[in-house]
Amino acid sequence: MLLRLEPRGEASRAMIWLTPVLSILLTLTFGAILFAALGFDPLRALAAYFIRPVSTLYGLGELALKATPLAMIGVGLALGFRANVWNIGAEGQFTMGAICGGGVALIFHDTEGFWVLPLMALAGIAGGMAYGAIPALLRTRFNANEILTSLMLTYVATLFLSYLVHGPWRDPKGLNFPETRMFNASAQLPGLLDGTRFNLGAIVALLVVAAGWLLLARGFIGYQIKVVGQAPKAAAFAGFDQNRIVWFSFLVGGGLAGLAGLIEVAGAIGQLHPRISPGYGFTAIIVAFLGRLHPVGILAAALMIALSYLGGEAAQIEMRLPLAITGVFQGVLLFFLLGTDVLIRYRVRFGRPATSRGG
Amino acid sequence: MTRFPGLRHLVAGAAAMAVVAAAAGGVQAADKVKAAFVYVGPVNDNGWTSRHDAGRQEMEKALGDKAEKSAFVENVPEGADAERVIQQLALSGHNLIFTTSFGFMNPTQKVAQRFPNVMFEHATGFKREINMSTYNARFYEGRAVAGLLAGHMTKTKVIGYIGSFPIPEVVQGIDATTIALRKVAPDAIVKVIWVNTWVDPGKEADAAKALIDQGADVIMQHTDSSAPCQVAQERGVWCVGQASDQTRFAPKAHLTAIVDEWGSYYIKRAKAVLDGTWKSEDVWGGMKDGFLSLAPFNPAIPADVRAKADQAVADIKAGKLLPFAGPIKNQAGAEVVKAGESIPDDKLAGLDWYVEGVQGQLPK
Repeated sequence: MLLRLEPRGEASRAMIWLTPVLSILLTLTFGAILFAALGFDPLRALAAYFIRPVSTLYGLGELALKATPLAMIGVGLALGFRANVWNIGAEGQFTMGAICGGGVALIFHDTEGFWVLPLMALAGIAGGMAYGAIPALLRTRFNANEILTSLMLTYVATLFLSYLVHGPWRDPKGLNFPETRMFNASAQLPGLLDGTRFNLGAIVALLVVAAGWLLLARGFIGYQIKVVGQAPKAAAFAGFDQNRIVWFSFLVGGGLAGLAGLIEVAGAIGQLHPRISPGYGFTAIIVAFLGRLHPVGILAAALMIALSYLGGEAAQIEMRLPLAITGVFQGVLLFFLLGTDVLIRYRVRFGRPATSRGG
Repeated sequence: MTRFPGLRHLVAGAAAMAVVAAAAGGVQAADKVKAAFVYVGPVNDNGWTSRHDAGRQEMEKALGDKAEKSAFVENVPEGADAERVIQQLALSGHNLIFTTSFGFMNPTQKVAQRFPNVMFEHATGFKREINMSTYNARFYEGRAVAGLLAGHMTKTKVIGYIGSFPIPEVVQGIDATTIALRKVAPDAIVKVIWVNTWVDPGKEADAAKALIDQGADVIMQHTDSSAPCQVAQERGVWCVGQASDQTRFAPKAHLTAIVDEWGSYYIKRAKAVLDGTWKSEDVWGGMKDGFLSLAPFNPAIPADVRAKADQAVADIKAGKLLPFAGPIKNQAGAEVVKAGESIPDDKLAGLDWYVEGVQGQLPK
């Protein structure tokens, strides 16, 4: 018997929604075998991974906290990716947003006021946008490859942050350690649930998802993005301005990444230091594609990826599972999520192809 | 309307809880220690984290059935994630939690305020609570011995120093090395390259190569990978390892290494939890307290030099040799510490200037 893949005439709509479920089932099966082979109770390990982290209110708050930057950045990036605009530098735009928004908090560190947070948010968005504008300008003006320019600017932003916290913005009472002072209360996002770290940022992320969905489903610019991405020639005939799409993608993507950066430092961290992001800007690229570049899908993907991080920690704490195993498990999850995509465009057939027999 | 409790309320609540705990005497003798460790790197990094993990294992062994199997979480990012990991460890019944990187300071403090009955130990920081201690090692004591060895072994009179971040701990190492070096070789200089990372074999190797190209024939590192020693071995110069004994990576080049030793401290603190004598402290331990040791000296070092180094170790332990004893001149040549004086601990804790003999500007 032979297993072969036969192209479908068109992408299967059922499979678009079924494959994530299938991949999770495959991951669970594989995970159970892996854990059992290593001598861990597979059911307990899977429970520690997927259920324990979200079995308390605190855990749910943590899930929201971790998914917030991923979803916000992912939605912004997806707009560009749909139009074949490749912003790989969200990590840098995130950092710039944190710097600009955090800078406002530092300037007003001895001032209390309801207006501090909104001002920080605006500065964060502006910082991310301005940083996204650089690759947009280089692409539209000099036709420089935005993948390279946006990626490399990430390192510039990280080093700039490092310079600031080692130097001019260093906490005067911090014994020269590279960190700023803690933001004061009116420069920190209010918590929304006692005993958790669930804050306003999660609500903002939901609004961003909704706005992204509206824009793609109903907005004219959303329509232009889709046409430019799927049929660039048709877009040119229709008179859609390619450069405008590039600018739009980078400004929106950069602005959202910047806002996510501000939310991270004004929310969970409460200060600036050199390691504010464990790579959210890069993980969000995976999140955007896992979510099929659809805002609602991205929200689901962000929650899934966030859960896999929380689960990895919980498995280490409860099961003494080594970090390497949790890393393998996360890799397997991604592998199945992306690998089963083949079923959208192909169907699996058993047996030999029914071609005409040669004489 | 939804209630917006805000951070101020949370902090106030936590502070109130801490006060209540203090009044109630917070610390009680525990039947068993259930310790947990938060690591910034993987346990097999052959450096910082693997040394803490070695300490954890020594602690488990020494306590026997008085200790439940300890938990550890590797590769914990120093951003928003750290607080969750520490909180989960406190929630899951651990009563002694070690957080082993500077970046865990504020998250540890936040969680410590919420769990007055759990004892916290933060390595290398400076914020304390009634249930949160800080501990660190006087790594510079080892550097003073390394500087002495370098002074005897260098021919080019140029020492290459790979710095991680320009924080006081690293500056102490550079200055202590230079002071000891120039007691032996008064015209020797130290060149520093900052790599802005604790571990990155590629960057560390590049820095080592650049320093050797500038004439350095002893490579020192305040980073954790074995790359600088491997480059030194290839290029036929000396090196001094960091965090763990790196002899096996560069048997010819490796003069010695400053080895972190956390086991005795971890045992002591776990026992204090068992006895109910645990108190919040600021511990800065040196060689005499067993917080650090020197890896075996390379047999290629002449016997008389090895004897001098051994003597220096003994003198530092006995308090007869102070690595920051005056006279010390700054880079401008002005005497900033007089003979007979020494830089006190509170000044060392914020050290941000180079002594004479270090080349270049300290990034600020």
